[in-house]
Amino acid sequence: MQKYSIFSLVKNALSNHENWDLAWKDPTPKKEYDVVIIGGGGHGLATAYYLAKEHKITNVAIIEKGWIGGGNVGRNTTIIRSNYMHDDNALFSEFGMDLWRRMSQDLNYNVMFSPRGIINLAHSDAQMNMYARRGNSMRLNGIDAVLLNREQVREIIPMADFSENVRFPIFGGLMQPSAGTARHDAVAWGYARQADSMGVDIIQNCEVTGFDVSAGRINGVRTSRGDIKVKKIGLCVAGSTNILAEKLNMTLPIETHLLQACVSEPVKPVLDGVVTFGAGHFYISQSDKGEMVMGGDLDGYNSYAQRGNLPTLQHVLTEGIAMMPFLSKLKMLRTWGGIMDMSMDGSPIIDKTHIEGLYLNCGWCYGGFKATPASGWTFAHTIAQDKVHKLNSGYSLERFNTGHLLDEKGLGTKTWIS
Amino acid sequence: MLYIFCPHCGMRSQNEFSYGGDATVKRPELNKEVSDKDWDNFVYNRKSLRGKHWELWQHISGCRQWIKVERDTATHEIFNTLKADEEISK
Repeated sequence: MQKYSIFSLVKNALSNHENWDLAWKDPTPKKEYDVVIIGGGGHGLATAYYLAKEHKITNVAIIEKGWIGGGNVGRNTTIIRSNYMHDDNALFSEFGMDLWRRMSQDLNYNVMFSPRGIINLAHSDAQMNMYARRGNSMRLNGIDAVLLNREQVREIIPMADFSENVRFPIFGGLMQPSAGTARHDAVAWGYARQADSMGVDIIQNCEVTGFDVSAGRINGVRTSRGDIKVKKIGLCVAGSTNILAEKLNMTLPIETHLLQACVSEPVKPVLDGVVTFGAGHFYISQSDKGEMVMGGDLDGYNSYAQRGNLPTLQHVLTEGIAMMPFLSKLKMLRTWGGIMDMSMDGSPIIDKTHIEGLYLNCGWCYGGFKATPASGWTFAHTIAQDKVHKLNSGYSLERFNTGHLLDEKGLGTKTWIS
Repeated sequence: MLYIFCPHCGMRSQNEFSYGGDATVKRPELNKEVSDKDWDNFVYNRKSLRGKHWELWQHISGCRQWIKVERDTATHEIFNTLKADEEISK
């Protein structure tokens, strides 16, 4: 594989950029693999990369119905954070933060990781108390957290509404300075390029049509491009998990919902971090191109539509304007939607299943993008060792049956509960 | 924007409704022995498939009644609506 560097850039510039290697190949599926990963999104690509890198398993195929990076890894709002209170979430996410910090070097691909900080705004004394508690829990787990008062928040985001007569006055906020954003497509492409270079077959335009299960174990997978014999399959198909689960006669604690995001026209730099509204569900950051990147609630009903409905967008942007009134002057550039696995407690599932050789990675709700490296790393471990790692032990499928829910915010399928 | 036919009030916009999830889920019978698995299925596990889906909506800014709606989860086409106590014919 060609290494990307200033020297390779100069060298290729001299030949009009006509001699770059392809970033990944377009192989035809083989008859048999050691591991098949279904889903060529961020998590699937990361899983294949860590299978090859950490566990030396390279006879691996990624099967993707569309094109890699065309699902939620290309549709999110690129926020990376580990501001969780519960140990299972905090330790998992903070492990991921370490992988994020090294990612551009590890992958030899600039993922533009930008630790610009995230502020969760508080709008009441009670919320300040809650944030103090969460901040303390984070610090006990080695995650940076700073509780800001109203004046400190005003210094960082003076464009927010600090006037006296507002419905949700800003009391302060909880900041994680090491949180940030990254270039989402680059994450998918960087993982794909490295996985491909280590021998992983990335097979696009290949739909899974069924599974070959006998005597409680996986023997193969049927696809639109032929049958493949395989002993281990990893499902990484957020948004389509329920469809594949149906083919496996499994019913999961997941509903498929639609989440929208949008960007405004590009403007000059005004916001250098990520900010979330505390009296509803709205988050905002500014992209390097200057667009204000915004998102919020689910559309609220089961959906596979991959496009949104206006009432939710109006609701979300109303919150945005309440928080930062200048947003009302901006024109909308684009809106889009992606379909989410909404788990019933708002936390994901990375686990083995009752079918031997079938591994499950799903239920990422609102927070799939930031988890990409940690999810890939722990899922690769779970598949390679046939054993759940300590980091993803809290993300078991069994927890719904035993009552050990991981209800960080309790924000699952029922958005109105929050 | 969805337009939902409320069997009590007529055609109304989705803004008046609140969503209540899969309408085919049945609560386990309390006078019988209920296994953990049955509770698990009732409380958490859902099919949530692509295509026709019977679901509960509440006409929260209207008559406040719960209704059943048959909607396509990919196209949002609505085929049928029923009052809460009317059985879904298969």
